[in-house]
Amino acid sequence: MLEIENLKATIAEEQVLSGLDLSVNAGEIHAIMGPNGSGKSSLAQVIVGHADYEVIEGSVEYQGHNLLELEPEDRAREGIFLGFQYPVEIPGVNNAYLLKAAVNAKRKHQGQDEIDAFEFLKLAKKTMELLDMDQSFLNRGVNEGFSGGEKKRNEILQMAMLEPKLAILDETDSGLDIDALKAVANGVNSLRHSERAIVLVTHYQRLLDYIEPDYVHVLWEGRIILSGDKALAHKLEENGYEWVRTTVSS
Amino acid sequence: MSIENDNIESLVNRTYKHGFVTDIDQESFPPGLDEKVIGAISARKKEPKFMLEWRLKAYRHWLTMKEPEWAHVNYPPINYQDISYFAAPKSDKDRPKSLDEVDPKLLETYDKLGIPLHERAALAGVAVDAVFDSVSVATTFKEKLQEAGVIFCPFSEALINHPELVRKYLGTVVPPRDNFFAALNSAAFSDGSFVYIPKGVRCPMELSTYFRINAANTGQFERTLIIADEGSYVSYLEGCTAPMRDENQLHAAVVELVAMKDAEIKYSTVQNWYPGDEEGKGGIYNFVTKRGDCRGANSKISWTQVETGSAITWKYPSCILRGENSVGEFYSVAVTNNMQQADTGTKMIHIGKNSSSTIVSKGISAGKAEQSYRGLVRIMPQANGARNHTQCDSLLIGKKCGAHTFPYMEVKNPSAKVEHEASTSRISENQLFYCRQRGISEEDAVNMIVNGFCKEVFKELPMEFAVEAQALLNVSLEGAVG
Repeated sequence: MLEIENLKATIAEEQVLSGLDLSVNAGEIHAIMGPNGSGKSSLAQVIVGHADYEVIEGSVEYQGHNLLELEPEDRAREGIFLGFQYPVEIPGVNNAYLLKAAVNAKRKHQGQDEIDAFEFLKLAKKTMELLDMDQSFLNRGVNEGFSGGEKKRNEILQMAMLEPKLAILDETDSGLDIDALKAVANGVNSLRHSERAIVLVTHYQRLLDYIEPDYVHVLWEGRIILSGDKALAHKLEENGYEWVRTTVSS
Repeated sequence: MSIENDNIESLVNRTYKHGFVTDIDQESFPPGLDEKVIGAISARKKEPKFMLEWRLKAYRHWLTMKEPEWAHVNYPPINYQDISYFAAPKSDKDRPKSLDEVDPKLLETYDKLGIPLHERAALAGVAVDAVFDSVSVATTFKEKLQEAGVIFCPFSEALINHPELVRKYLGTVVPPRDNFFAALNSAAFSDGSFVYIPKGVRCPMELSTYFRINAANTGQFERTLIIADEGSYVSYLEGCTAPMRDENQLHAAVVELVAMKDAEIKYSTVQNWYPGDEEGKGGIYNFVTKRGDCRGANSKISWTQVETGSAITWKYPSCILRGENSVGEFYSVAVTNNMQQADTGTKMIHIGKNSSSTIVSKGISAGKAEQSYRGLVRIMPQANGARNHTQCDSLLIGKKCGAHTFPYMEVKNPSAKVEHEASTSRISENQLFYCRQRGISEEDAVNMIVNGFCKEVFKELPMEFAVEAQALLNVSLEGAVG
């Protein structure tokens, strides 16, 4: 589904990705781990097409097509979803309104009929029930005055409604207390699907106690230097990132 | 004073840079204003004598006045002797014969705004006899209003048919000496609307649809007077979301509202005059005095405005809350893009006991536009228990525009409660990217954010106009980002 080869990218002329390779197939969950500044968030931003990042070398293929030539909104409509590390507040814009616009933008792109307010509401309520979310969420401004946990759950709600093929969750666990973490993890788990790939970007192993990944990758200075299964995450937790560096270079 | 025929033709064929059709009237006075010109205007309209005297008094006072300079706007000096102060109603011969002759760009805008088909022709200035539907619709409206006893007619007609009513109320809310532009209007006003709602009558329809069809060519110095007698109600909509064909650069209108005991007037404006090109050339100067007088107890006047047009807007719809328990409201959305400038706001003058007022102002600036909110809340010593709540929000799109707030508060009664809230925000790159990552295009994202910002004001508009106003905002901000 996603094939990244030798990806090099800069932001403000500083190199943040330096020859990254990654292959993700449908149905898989990948965890990208690494210390602060290793390029985890940069990778997520480059995949969704943030304009601040410049790709200087390498390729990103998504479903057999060159992803890098698509506008951010088209990448989204093609099924790529990013759960933001810091979801932005948009005061005055109704949460339901944004969500409906997003759902319909995607449907239109795929040649489907747009859904009306009634159908949308039905769908949204069903999804929220599934995620055990309060329905008052819908009538609030987008992330306006939300707590950290509420913002992250709102991202999961959007993800559930948009049914992405490739979901990237950037530090979804950061700043969450244990209850909120569990709730978010349950949401993600309920969205596991044989046709959906999920990429978890995380600093800590603790999220992986609740969402079990198929693969774990360690990012270091803009490259993946070590890959493994779930056990790798535990090793990291025990020995720290410095351990990876010595292991790899020896 | 008529121009040679072939000369007319060459003038008729001349177009604005932006494609608006230019008409030259066969009968217009040469530029300039003096007592003779005022006499001629009054004579042409067969006005009663008191009106001429009133105009002349205003004119003499205007000569002693200076153009105000305090507004936060910039424009080259206006030569008032360069303006032609009278143009006869346009003859059908000079107008487009059908929509086929109208600038396709204008029609495209009507389409984007969702203007009903039968109204488009009238708005584009197509000769009336060619506008089949609207005439019959208008006639039905007229009959319905007559049944209710509502007087709704051109100002000049009211002067002939109801001179005593006009005389009783004219200038009692905005005196001719009020300000420079009001004095100029009082001396030289061309025409406008007159509305009288009798005691206890609830006007059977929004005076909007009717007005929209019939308002074309009311001239640059419009005078409107609306009187709601005891216990009556009227909702009036001025203007239109569609860009109006207009040849006059300077507009100095005066609107006076009088609400008697228990009466309510809801006055909504959608203003979308030509704002000029991207460098600000050729736009309309809109210098308007609008004021409502809540004369009786429990009366209410509510101003709602959506201002997106004009190169320069200078406008402060105000309420004098004279009656006990009277209520004044001001809901405003003002959009300035490119080189537009707007200095707009309101005045709430509390005189009556327990009078209350609400101000909600939403300013949106994009491009290199400058916008100011200027509001006065004055609580007079006798206004026990008066209350005001002001909310004043600005939204900036891009980095070259400006928003300014000038709130004035004068509270002379210790029992009064006055609240002011203000905020300024900018549509951020992060917000736009967030929306795009959800599959929403940048333009749709801007529209969504802007409409969310204006929600509180739009809900005050009559329903059909709320929808159009929303579309209008989107059109006005096209290309504002990126």
